Amino acid sequence: MKIWKDYFWHSQVKDSGIDMRILKATIIKDLKILLRDRLGLFLIFFMPILLVIVITSVQNSTFELVNNNKISLLVYNKDQGPLGAALTEGIRKIGLFRLQVSDTTQKNPDIPARMHDQDALVALIIPAGFTEYIQNKAEDIASRALKDPDSDSRNLSPSVPLPDSLQMYYHPVMQATFRQSVEGSLRSAVQVIQGQAIVKKLYEAVNQKEIPQDLEKQILFSQLPISEIPVSRSGSRTVPNASQHNVPAWTLFAMFFIVISLGGAVVKEKNSGSLIRLKTLPASYLHALYSKQFVYGMVTMLQAAVIFVIGNKLFPLIGLPVLHLPKDILGLFIVTIVSGYCAVNYAICVGVYARTAEQSNGFGAISVLILAAIGGLLVPSFAMPSHLQKMLQVSPLHWALEAYYGLFLEGGKLKDIWMNIISLLVITGLIQLVTLYGLKKKNLI
Amino acid sequence: MSIPAITIQKLAFHYPRSEGVCFENFNLEIQAGERFGLFGPNGAGKTTLIHLMTGLLKYREGSIRLLGHEISRHPKSINSLFGFVPQDFSYYPELSPRENLAFYGAWYGLDRKQIKTRTDELLEVLGLSDVGDRFLQSFSGGMKRRVNLAIGVMHRPKLLFLDEPTVGVDVQSRHNIIEYLKSQNKSGTTLVYTSHQMEEAAILCNKIALMDDGKIIAHDSPEALMQKHGYEDMEGLFLALTGKRFRD
Repeated sequence: MKIWKDYFWHSQVKDSGIDMRILKATIIKDLKILLRDRLGLFLIFFMPILLVIVITSVQNSTFELVNNNKISLLVYNKDQGPLGAALTEGIRKIGLFRLQVSDTTQKNPDIPARMHDQDALVALIIPAGFTEYIQNKAEDIASRALKDPDSDSRNLSPSVPLPDSLQMYYHPVMQATFRQSVEGSLRSAVQVIQGQAIVKKLYEAVNQKEIPQDLEKQILFSQLPISEIPVSRSGSRTVPNASQHNVPAWTLFAMFFIVISLGGAVVKEKNSGSLIRLKTLPASYLHALYSKQFVYGMVTMLQAAVIFVIGNKLFPLIGLPVLHLPKDILGLFIVTIVSGYCAVNYAICVGVYARTAEQSNGFGAISVLILAAIGGLLVPSFAMPSHLQKMLQVSPLHWALEAYYGLFLEGGKLKDIWMNIISLLVITGLIQLVTLYGLKKKNLI
Repeated sequence: MSIPAITIQKLAFHYPRSEGVCFENFNLEIQAGERFGLFGPNGAGKTTLIHLMTGLLKYREGSIRLLGHEISRHPKSINSLFGFVPQDFSYYPELSPRENLAFYGAWYGLDRKQIKTRTDELLEVLGLSDVGDRFLQSFSGGMKRRVNLAIGVMHRPKLLFLDEPTVGVDVQSRHNIIEYLKSQNKSGTTLVYTSHQMEEAAILCNKIALMDDGKIIAHDSPEALMQKHGYEDMEGLFLALTGKRFRD
């Protein structure tokens, strides 16, 4: 031991393990480098905020579509009878559409051109003879029904010639689910007109007089109402808004996008002379990685805090729905810290394996996008095909999102989401194992 | 009997897929207190040998002992015995020299007081006191080389490896660096030095080894080698022993 003492100017460095003084010095170094990178800080904080505001605004407009931003519908009524007009009025009453009734004098209107001119997403053409067809059809059904009440409706053959069908033009930007919703609304309006005509004819045939208006209304419009109740663990009946859906999801996306700056920082340190020097020093390179975990873990926590505060305080001021923070703040803190820890470890893993900053940035960005997609950030997980439903379990973003939704949407507490947290920690552990393998393989530890 | 600073015995090393230089049955001994120069053309194996001695590269056969300790048996703690000044700038350009020295000082295990004292001392002696708090990004090549050197000697090592520490610097900086290294050697630090600058061999080194293709082709003091081969300058001796063909 004497020779060691002769040559050591100091003897404080441990053979293995983590030295807190070294870790502290490394954290200070990493903090200084991070704080001096103004552009990097801008990207880390400002861009996610912008992303959350933009996405929430866009999604909010869909949420509010039925209330404020109605779908523009161009109606071209070729029917000369009262039922074409009644159908138009019925569609207006649905409340989903901003109606533009077109000039009916033109025989062959160029519908696509008119949709472009009048900025309409949907156009409906009510064919000529619509009233006549509906009334004849109703009379036919009524008379057949009265002649042979036991006859199977499937044996009824249409004795009334069909006019042209109702035609619905739609703008190709409309997604399938949205289009189906519009089509369903129009179909129900037609159904009401048809039902009304049949009821009238049946009543007239039986009672030899016109149906009283009160009875007609009771038959046609006395449906049992449907109440929408969001599932909530807290018993709250507040309907989740666009902010409750989007802010947690895109906050997670922003946290995982730390891969761009952190993965790049790991590669930069690896490729610069700094790593050669660090490898010849008497302390483990793990100090450098633990420091990065701490510093960038703090960054992800700050990102989340800033975005949640903006959602809660700023959103109402700029016309977006307020983000209601969960009642279980401890749960929110734990989910955020575990998600941030996972994001940081993922970024370090990418940085350890990437040879260049370009590789790290390219792979990091695309892989986070893929993890977000299969994790249910872009499309709800319940809407995914079955093979992707199995894959989403490998995405840390899925478990983090489920945990956030448990708190933000369902009003749950920590005890309700602990399985998600454990799954997230297991994935983080696996990422760390892969990182350790890379560090060993590259002779870094 | 004093322990040699470095003892290399029967060292065998080759890069994967046979890329680059390889060593077979390589032997070398450097005595404590020497200013030892490793010279040779590009690709001779100087940097590889330094990386093997500092543990940056792992060897499977033979042994390398630093101050009597086999480095493969002491993977990390043995690194306190030596300092290393790599050829590339190995510091954080976003930090000042003072901040870099504080960081690396902590990694060498120095306490806050030792770091402060040693930082002031090194900045003064290497002519960096006035710029100690400026970011390294704005420094000249000579200043960067001096900071690179300062980090390597931060913990007062008894053994200092220098891989071309004067490359790309002006005459003044080179003179200062060489004088500083001589002063370190006088206070007991063994120097192991590589360079392409043959005139530095005569100025700085009291023992040199000429390397080519992973082998030592001459090993003695500069004066003795020149006398033995009948040359009056190191460059002539170098060309005579290693040839005049390009080495890239």
